[in-house]
Amino acid sequence: MKFRTIRRHFRESFKTLGRNGWMTFASVSAVTVTLLLVGVFVAIMLNLNKVADDLEHDVEMKVYVELAADEASTTALEDQIRETPGVAEVIYSSRDHELEQMISDFGDDLKLYEQSNPLREAFYVKAANPQQTAKVAQTIDEYPNTYEVVYGEGKVEKLFDFLNFGRTAGLVLILALLFTAMFLISNTIRITIVARKNEIGIMKLVGASNSFVRVPFVLEGIWMGILGSIIPILAVVFGYIEFYDYAEPRLRGEMIQILPPVPFLYIVSGLLFFMGIFIGIWGSFMSVRKFLKV
Amino acid sequence: MINMKDVYKKYANGVVAANGLNVKIAPGEFVYVVGPSGAGKSTFIKMMYREEKPTSGEIYVDGTNLVTLKNREVPFVRRKIGVVFQDFKLLPKLTVYENVAFAMEVIEAPSDSIRDRVTEVLDLVGLKSKARMLPTELSGGEQQRVSIARSIVNRPKVVIADEPTGNLDPETSWGIMNVFKDINEQLGTTIVMATHNKDIVNRIRHRVIAIEGGLIVRDEAEGVYGYEI
Repeated sequence: MKFRTIRRHFRESFKTLGRNGWMTFASVSAVTVTLLLVGVFVAIMLNLNKVADDLEHDVEMKVYVELAADEASTTALEDQIRETPGVAEVIYSSRDHELEQMISDFGDDLKLYEQSNPLREAFYVKAANPQQTAKVAQTIDEYPNTYEVVYGEGKVEKLFDFLNFGRTAGLVLILALLFTAMFLISNTIRITIVARKNEIGIMKLVGASNSFVRVPFVLEGIWMGILGSIIPILAVVFGYIEFYDYAEPRLRGEMIQILPPVPFLYIVSGLLFFMGIFIGIWGSFMSVRKFLKV
Repeated sequence: MINMKDVYKKYANGVVAANGLNVKIAPGEFVYVVGPSGAGKSTFIKMMYREEKPTSGEIYVDGTNLVTLKNREVPFVRRKIGVVFQDFKLLPKLTVYENVAFAMEVIEAPSDSIRDRVTEVLDLVGLKSKARMLPTELSGGEQQRVSIARSIVNRPKVVIADEPTGNLDPETSWGIMNVFKDINEQLGTTIVMATHNKDIVNRIRHRVIAIEGGLIVRDEAEGVYGYEI
């Protein structure tokens, strides 16, 4: 294909956009509506995912040390825990610190224990993969000088089940939405191309090769995809910034956080932009193909 | 220029539209193809620009065997043959100028030569002043002139016309025939024209090929229409 032909195809694809005014409008609207849905949904799902991650990473286990253990064996235990595969973080808490913690949680009545502290030293341990908490806890429980490992057995498993279900459901929903979007848009594009079936036939009779007919249609699809992604991108960007400004100060200091606009919005915008282009190309390619056999 | 040898064509529904056609058309000839409806005239014409493929036999147009031609090579042959249709087949959203230019864009001609050549052929068919109009703004005769302009813009050696005056009133038909006459006489282009127009065939005398039941029943130089319809 010569350069002037490529230039001709570009010129032609822009002209047809204008010539088929209402058809272009219909296709672009279909892209806009679906990408808007996809954009909002993806933004929500990614944030829910972030919340799920935050909740998960809040899961930790507490390792109580035997009362009989001396300083050296406590240090040895700490090293051993640190070297356990799957352990991400170990924080030591002395007996005094444990008591302070308890007093601040349950009140000054407990101050009488300051005379003879009955509590044990403890390590707060986080697993690299929170879902592995139970397994890591079991391993640590076997170590000498470990008195007990506590991690909210039962509750944690339920939380993980719930979060995993949420993630899967979100993914399925997004995929279903994407599929519907592709179907809807390619159908709209197909209708606009069916209307031009005769034109394609004439082009072929005059001696146009398949690619000569197809390229302007595919380019047109790209422009429609890009046009259709503009409004959803703007809506998601400005909507999310608004939402973030509202929600972020209220969540400050909480364990649940939402995603900061950067780079999140770049990712979502890029996703919408390329989805628009992809849908445009795919839709026109599939539709033109049907009519090329003249 | 055109050479058919033992051409048979049987459609999927069992209709035999060509039952052993043998014909030779020399360069620069003007040939009418006549015959009753359903006699195989259209199939005969359509096989010449490879809209239909024969069941058996050989068809050569300007040295190319249309029967063994691969599908992806079809566009290249169509560019060497100008085709004019009864229903004009113009692109409705393109102007007169763009419709003619399209045939040259297809062969990837340089844009300045497209400009010169399109203006030239529009002048030849007498439509230079209507170059910027859309086909729907033209009369039937004018639309047919555009279609003729498009068919000759790439200087084909042969123009195939399938009832080009079929949709036109007698007055306009004579105008169209004059355009074909000019193309044939001035440019030396071979013309094959299927027609039902008795007056034209009898007044402007050329070779006449009559087809009936998928066979050539008559082939005369300076022939007459010969049917009373």
